[in-house]
Amino acid sequence: MSQHPNPNQAPPADRRLQVVAGVVLLLPMLALVPVGWYAKTEPKLGSFPFFIWYQMALVFFCALCTSLAYVLVKKARPHVPFGPVGRHAAAEDGE
Amino acid sequence: MTQLALLPTAADPSRPGTGVDLPALIVLIAIFLVVTVLGFMASRWRRAASLDSLDEWGLGGRSFGTWITWFLLGGDLYTAYTFVAVPAAMFGAGAVSGFFAVPYTIIVYPMIFFFMSRLWSVSHRHGYVTAGDFVRGRYGSRGLSLAISITGFVATLPYIALQLVGIQAVLEVAGVGGSGNWLANDAPLFIAFVVLAAYTYTSGLRAPAIIAFVKDILIYLVIIVAVIYLPQKVGGWDAIFNAAHEKAQKPPKPGAAPFSDTVGPKAQWAYVTLAFGSAMALFMYPHSITAVLSSRSRDTIRKNASILPAYSFVLALLALLGWVAIAAGTKPIGLNGKPNAQLVVPQLFEDQFPSWFAGVAFAAIAIGALVPAAIMSIAAANTFTRNIYKEWLRPGATVAEEAKVSKLTSLVVKVFALVFVLTMDKQNAINLQLLGGIWILQTFPAIVIGLYTRWLDRWALLAGWAVAMIYGTKQAYDVASPATKHFGGSTADIPVIGELGYIAFTAVVINVIVAVVLTLVLRAVKVPQGRDETVVVDYFADADDPRVAAYDPEPFDDEPGTGPTGKHGARPDPV
Repeated sequence: MSQHPNPNQAPPADRRLQVVAGVVLLLPMLALVPVGWYAKTEPKLGSFPFFIWYQMALVFFCALCTSLAYVLVKKARPHVPFGPVGRHAAAEDGE
Repeated sequence: MTQLALLPTAADPSRPGTGVDLPALIVLIAIFLVVTVLGFMASRWRRAASLDSLDEWGLGGRSFGTWITWFLLGGDLYTAYTFVAVPAAMFGAGAVSGFFAVPYTIIVYPMIFFFMSRLWSVSHRHGYVTAGDFVRGRYGSRGLSLAISITGFVATLPYIALQLVGIQAVLEVAGVGGSGNWLANDAPLFIAFVVLAAYTYTSGLRAPAIIAFVKDILIYLVIIVAVIYLPQKVGGWDAIFNAAHEKAQKPPKPGAAPFSDTVGPKAQWAYVTLAFGSAMALFMYPHSITAVLSSRSRDTIRKNASILPAYSFVLALLALLGWVAIAAGTKPIGLNGKPNAQLVVPQLFEDQFPSWFAGVAFAAIAIGALVPAAIMSIAAANTFTRNIYKEWLRPGATVAEEAKVSKLTSLVVKVFALVFVLTMDKQNAINLQLLGGIWILQTFPAIVIGLYTRWLDRWALLAGWAVAMIYGTKQAYDVASPATKHFGGSTADIPVIGELGYIAFTAVVINVIVAVVLTLVLRAVKVPQGRDETVVVDYFADADDPRVAAYDPEPFDDEPGTGPTGKHGARPDPV
C-alpha cells in the first residue's frame, strides 16, 4: 500500500483535467441563470413551450455533465489509499 | 372550466367529496401492509452484529452501494410533500413557484459531486455522523457546532410534519375523515404513524432504505402511466398548455394569488435565487447528510450525482400534472367544503383513473411520506444525540447509550410532528417549513466553505450565522399573502439590487460577508483559531483507506473520549 508522504498535502492530481471537470460541472448551472432568455414559448418542441422543454433537456445535459466529470476526476486523481500515519503537523494548537 | 367543451375527448368532470372510495382504500391498505412487513424485516437485512451503535442504526452500517444510495437519496429528497406541493403550486400559482423545482434539482447534482464527496471522505475518516460533528472537529468550536446542530434539528421538525400533511391529503381525497368525531378522522393517520415509528425504532436507517425501493417503483409507475394516459384524455399537451396559458390571462379572483405560465421579467431574480438557494439548502438538511454518509464509498456519491437526475425528469413531469389538472377541470375541494390546492394531484387521480389505480397512486404518495419521515427523524435524532446530548449533557456516553438515546429521540420527534399536524393549522407547518429552509441555508458557509478552507474564523462564522438567522426570520415574517399575514412566501426585495429574490439566498450572502469581514478583524487582533483535527488527505479518503481506528487524528490526546477536547466521535471498538 503506497502512502501519502505528507498528510497536509492533497494527493497529486492533474490540475488541467480537474479544471475541465469543474467547468463541465458548472455548465448546467450556468445554463439555468439567464431566465429571461429561456422564459419564452417559442420555439416549441411538439406542444411543449421552450421554457418547459429547455429545462427538461437540461436534466439530461446535467446527467451527462456529472458523468463526464466523474470520468475526468477519476483520471485526474487516481485514488491512492493511505496507510496508517502516526503523527502529523495539522494540529497547530491555537488554544 | 369552459375550455372543456372544446376538447375532443372530455375528461371526467371533477367529483370531489363523493364519500369513501372503497377499492382505492383497499389497495392503499394492502400496499401499506406489504411495506410495513418490509420495514420490520429490514433489521435482518445486511445484518450487523448489533444495531446498538449510531453507525449501524443511524447510518445503516455505512455500507450502502450505488443503487441503494440512489433509492435512499431519491426517497429522501423527493418526499410526499413534493408530490403534493409542486403540482399544487403549478396548479395554483404557476411556473415561478412550481417549476423552479426543476432547475433546483438540476443544480443540486453538480453540488453533490463537488461538496458531498469531500464531506463523505472526512466523515469516514473521523467517524462523523452529523454536520455538527464535522464543524466541531474542523473548527474546534463547540459553540459553532451547537448553532449548526440546533439549526438542523429545528429545521427538520416541520419537514417531518409536512410528510404527515401529505398522507392526510391522500386520505382526505380517498374519503377518510372529515365527518364524525376527531378519533375516526385521525385514526388512519395515527395508525400510519405508529407503524412508521415502530419500524424506524427497530430497524433504523435500513427500514427506509428498503421501503424506498417500493416507493420509487410505485412512483415511477404512477407518473409514467399518468403522463402517457392523462394528456390524451384531456385533449393532448396542446390543450394542457393552452389551458394553463388561458388561466394566466384571466385576472385572478380576489383573494387568490396571480397565476403565470412562465417567468415574467419581475420574477426572474426570484426564479434563479429560489433555484440556487433551495439547491444549496437541500444538502444542508441533516437527513440528506445522513443518506450521503450511509453510502459505502466516496465513488458511490459521485456516481449518484450522475444517475440521480432521473428523479428531476420525473419531477418535471409531476409538476406538469398541475397543469394537466387545469385542463381536466379538477376541483380540489377538501372534506370541509373549502377549496384546497394541496389536494389537486390526489383529486386528479381520483377523477381520471379507475379506483384501483387511484389506490396505487395514493399508496405511492403515502409511502412517499414514510420514507423521508423515517430518514428525517433518524437524522434529527442523530444530531440531537451527538451534538447536544453527548457534547453537552453526557460527554462520557457509550456507543450503546448513544444508539438508545437516538432511538428514543426519533420517537419523540415523530410524536411532536404528529401532535403538530393534529392540533395546529396546516398552514403553520407550511410556514415553518419555509422558515426552516431559510434557516438551514445559514449553515452552508460553516459546512461547505469549511470543507475547502479553514480560513474563516469560527467566531466570525457564528456571528454571520446569527445575523443571517435574524435577517431571514424578520424578512420571512414580514411577507404577507392572501392566505396568511406573516410568512406568506419566500421572496422579498434584495437589498441594493431592489429585485424580488429568495430570502434565504440574500441571507446567506449577508452571512458570508459578515463572516469574511469579521475574520479579517479577528485575524488582525490575533484571536486563537481553535484546533482543526482534520488534515488535508482526510478530504480525499475513499473506501479502501483504513478507518479511523488505524489513524489517530489526535495523537496528542492521552485519553480519547473524555473532556471537551476529547474525541467526540463514538465509534465501535476496532476489531
